[in-house]
Amino acid sequence: MTSLPASTGTKLGLVIDLDTCVGCHACVTACKGWNDQGYGAALSDQNPYGADPSGTFLNRVHSYQVVPDDAPPQIVNFPRSCLHCEDAPCVTVCPTGASYKRAEDGIVLVNEDACIGCGLCAWACPYGARELDMDAGVMKKCTLCVDRIYNETLPEEDREPACVRTCPTGARHFGDLGDPHSAVSQLVAARGGFALMPEQGTKPTNRYLPPRPKDRPDQASLLAPLLDIKATGFAGWLDKVLGKI
Amino acid sequence: MNPAPSVIVFTVLSGLGFGFLACLGTGLLHPTGWTAFFVWGFGYALAVGGLVASTFHLGNPQRALLAFSQWRTSWLSREAWAAVATLLVLAPVALSDWLGLGLPRGFGWVGAGLAAVTVLCTSMIYAQIRAVPRWHDWSVPLVFLAFAAAGGAMLSFHPQLAMLMLVVLAMAMLLHWRRGDGAFAKAGSTLSTATGLGTIGTPSVFELPHTGGNYLLREMIYVVGRRHAHKLRTIAAGLAVAAPMFSLLLLPEGVAVVVAVACHLVGAFVQRWLFFAEAEHVVGLYYGKR
Repeated sequence: MTSLPASTGTKLGLVIDLDTCVGCHACVTACKGWNDQGYGAALSDQNPYGADPSGTFLNRVHSYQVVPDDAPPQIVNFPRSCLHCEDAPCVTVCPTGASYKRAEDGIVLVNEDACIGCGLCAWACPYGARELDMDAGVMKKCTLCVDRIYNETLPEEDREPACVRTCPTGARHFGDLGDPHSAVSQLVAARGGFALMPEQGTKPTNRYLPPRPKDRPDQASLLAPLLDIKATGFAGWLDKVLGKI
Repeated sequence: MNPAPSVIVFTVLSGLGFGFLACLGTGLLHPTGWTAFFVWGFGYALAVGGLVASTFHLGNPQRALLAFSQWRTSWLSREAWAAVATLLVLAPVALSDWLGLGLPRGFGWVGAGLAAVTVLCTSMIYAQIRAVPRWHDWSVPLVFLAFAAAGGAMLSFHPQLAMLMLVVLAMAMLLHWRRGDGAFAKAGSTLSTATGLGTIGTPSVFELPHTGGNYLLREMIYVVGRRHAHKLRTIAAGLAVAAPMFSLLLLPEGVAVVVAVACHLVGAFVQRWLFFAEAEHVVGLYYGKR
C-alpha cells in the first residue's frame, strides 16, 4: 500500500511554462471548482465572507521577482501544486495506507476513507502540495483530475486536468513524462525543463519551463537616440550663447 | 512547525511513561504488592495517556486503528505496534510484581527493549522528515531516548543513574541545538532551488498567492517562538537537567525525586514546544518565510 511502486512506466504529470503564465489564477479557480464536486470530499472554505477567510486549495499561484546580475528585475508567476514525485515521501510516511502512488500511471492519491487526518504526509512534502481539509478532516491534494482524464463520458478535449483545460495562455501541459517521445517530454527537452528542489531527493514528475531570455538591446535605453537632441537654427544659436554665459 | 499541544503532550508523557516502564521491567525499581499495582499503574497511565493525547489532533480519530497497517514503511505505524507490544509484554511482569508470581525478569528485559524501540519510533516520526532539516538528524532519537532514560531513572528513585542520564540528556540537547542551527543551510534548499529561478538571477517574493491564512501557513510556517529561542533553550536545559540535578544532590531523597521529576517534566514540555516551534519547513521558502 504505502510502499512506492518500484517503477511506473507511465508517468502522468504537468509541465508548467513560467514564460507564458500570466498569473491570472484561472487554474486555481478551475481546480477548486472541479474538485468541489464529484471526487472525494469537497474543498471546504472556513469563514469565506468573514474577516479571516481560509480554505483548501490544491493549486496556488505565487509571484516572484527575479533580479538578474546585469538586467532589470522581472516578474515570474509560479503555480505550485503536487509534482507526483517518483520517490514521494508523503506516501511512505502514511500510517494507514491512505496515501498511495498508482503503479499504472504514477498519480499520487489519497484514499479518503482510510485517511485519519494526522497530517504527517503534509509535513513530509517539501512543496506544500497537501492541505488538510478543515471540514472533512482528511488530506486533500492534486489528483491530476483522475476523474476527468479517463472519463469517457466527457468530450475528448475535456479529458485533461481542469487547470490545463482552463489555462487561457496555454501555460500548462499534461501528458506522459515517462515516454520520451510524448509532446510534454519533447517540450521539456526543447525548453530545458527543470524539477523543483532536486536536493530533497523526491524525483518530481512535473517539470517547469524557465522564462525565455529577455531581449537585451545594445543600447542602455531604447530611448537613448531620441534623448540626444541637437538643436538647430535660432534654438541652436541660443543654446550656444547660453552655454557660454 | 506548529507546536500542537496534543503532540507535545503525547511525546513528553509517553516518552516518560515508556522510560519508566523500561526501568520497572528491568527491576531497577522493584515494587511489590499494592505498591507495585500503583507504581506500574502510574507508568501505564503516563504511556497510555500520551498515546491517547496523540489522537486528539487527528481529523478522523475513529479510523485510528488503520494506523497499524503500514508498519513496513511508516514510522508512525511502527510506533503504534511497538507501543502495544511493550504494553502487552510488560503486563505479565506488572502482574507478577503485584501478585508476587515470581515471573523471571527476562520478560521485563524484553519489555524494556521494546519500550526503547517505541521511543525510537516516536523520534523517527520526526527525524525521517527531510523537509524539516532541523529534525532530519540522528540527534533527534538521541534526545528522545535520553529524556526517556533520565525521566525513568528519576521516577525509579535511582539518583546515580538519573544523574548520569541527565548529563547524557544535557549533551544530547546541546548537540541537537548546535547541529540543528546549521541544518537548514546544510540541506541546501533555498528560494532559488524551490522555484528553479536561481539560474536567471536572485529570486524574492513579489506577491503571495493568497491574502488570508491557510493550512500550510498555520501548520508548517509557524514563526512565533523563534525570537526567544535562545532564552527558551536555557530555560529548558535549566528545568529539565540542572534543577533536577541540584535537587537530587541537595534535598532529602523523597522530596528530591518529586521536585526533580516536576522540574524535569516542565523542562521537557519547554524543550518539546521549542522542538516544534523552532523547526523550519522548506515550504516556508515559497512564502518567503522560514
